[in-house]
Amino acid sequence: MSVRVRVPTPLRKYTQGADEVNARGSNIRALVDDLEKQYPGIKERICDDTGKVRRFVNVYVNGDDIRFLQNLETSLKEGDSISIVPAIAGGR
Amino acid sequence: MTARLTPEQIERYSRQILVPDLGGTAQMHLREARVLVIGAGGLGSPAAFYLAAAGIGTLGIIDPDHIELSNLQRQILHATKNIGQRKVESAKAILTDLNPDVEIKTYPFRFDASNAAEIAADYHFVVDGSDNFDTKFLVNDIAVRLGIPFSHAGIVRLQGQTMTVVPGKSACYRCLFQAPPPPEEILNCQASGILGAVAGTLGTIQATEAIKYIVRLEDGLLTDRLLVYDAKTLKFREMEVGRNPHCVSCGAAAESK
Repeated sequence: MSVRVRVPTPLRKYTQGADEVNARGSNIRALVDDLEKQYPGIKERICDDTGKVRRFVNVYVNGDDIRFLQNLETSLKEGDSISIVPAIAGGR
Repeated sequence: MTARLTPEQIERYSRQILVPDLGGTAQMHLREARVLVIGAGGLGSPAAFYLAAAGIGTLGIIDPDHIELSNLQRQILHATKNIGQRKVESAKAILTDLNPDVEIKTYPFRFDASNAAEIAADYHFVVDGSDNFDTKFLVNDIAVRLGIPFSHAGIVRLQGQTMTVVPGKSACYRCLFQAPPPPEEILNCQASGILGAVAGTLGTIQATEAIKYIVRLEDGLLTDRLLVYDAKTLKFREMEVGRNPHCVSCGAAAESK
């Protein structure tokens, strides 16, 4: 499934500044792997080394938090809109 | 029993008193309200300005810092002549000029675990304008424990996020993000930058939420949703935030402590 993924400011260094990219995957897990193939290094900003989404990052499918769906197994369909939203705090 | 508004106050606040959802009753609520603004910086500046302009009775401002030149592209409470002064002093002076009705209480030190509960307990609403995760999680945990609603916001570069929390009713910041990123992964303004107007947009939303809560417009608060603002595309998106029943801050187990 080809989906649009919104990339938050802290991750844009992996996507050459792009704030929205295309990626493929039947579910979130596959999507993250596809993002990693296209933009190496991005996966470990999203998932920890056990493969779970990090505690200061949320992933949304069409505005719904995957923690309230099937987490990484949340299935995707063509045209879905994915948002990666990390905590931000600004500072000095 | 609070005294009636003076003719001068009615004139000063006439443009908001005229708003059907507000009126004189709202103005009385505002005058009786106490709002704490954490940080007299990028977010705190616009928030404090609009809260003072609206006639909040008591505005608490807590910030340990002195004004630096690089602050001035966004921290609009302060001016070039104030460089070197304590931010809370500069804030108090300019806000008093804007609206002498407001009692400004200043705390020229950091909001931290040693003082947070004691200070926050004096207020009806907290605007978190802090610039680091430790403070943001502390604000959440204290506010939840004390039952004080607050506005959370975070900004970097051309992006911002904000959410309002009404403890006991809506999701808290830890329902959204359980823990902060490790220090080496944090993108802060000094390293990454921030456009002043982005801070302005978010801080103004925070003041709006504080005012709405105080004047009892609670149905429309920005609760259980995170507003994500992308200034580059001028788009606002909303992400749902569900209350986490196992939340270490507001979950059932935490409440019974």
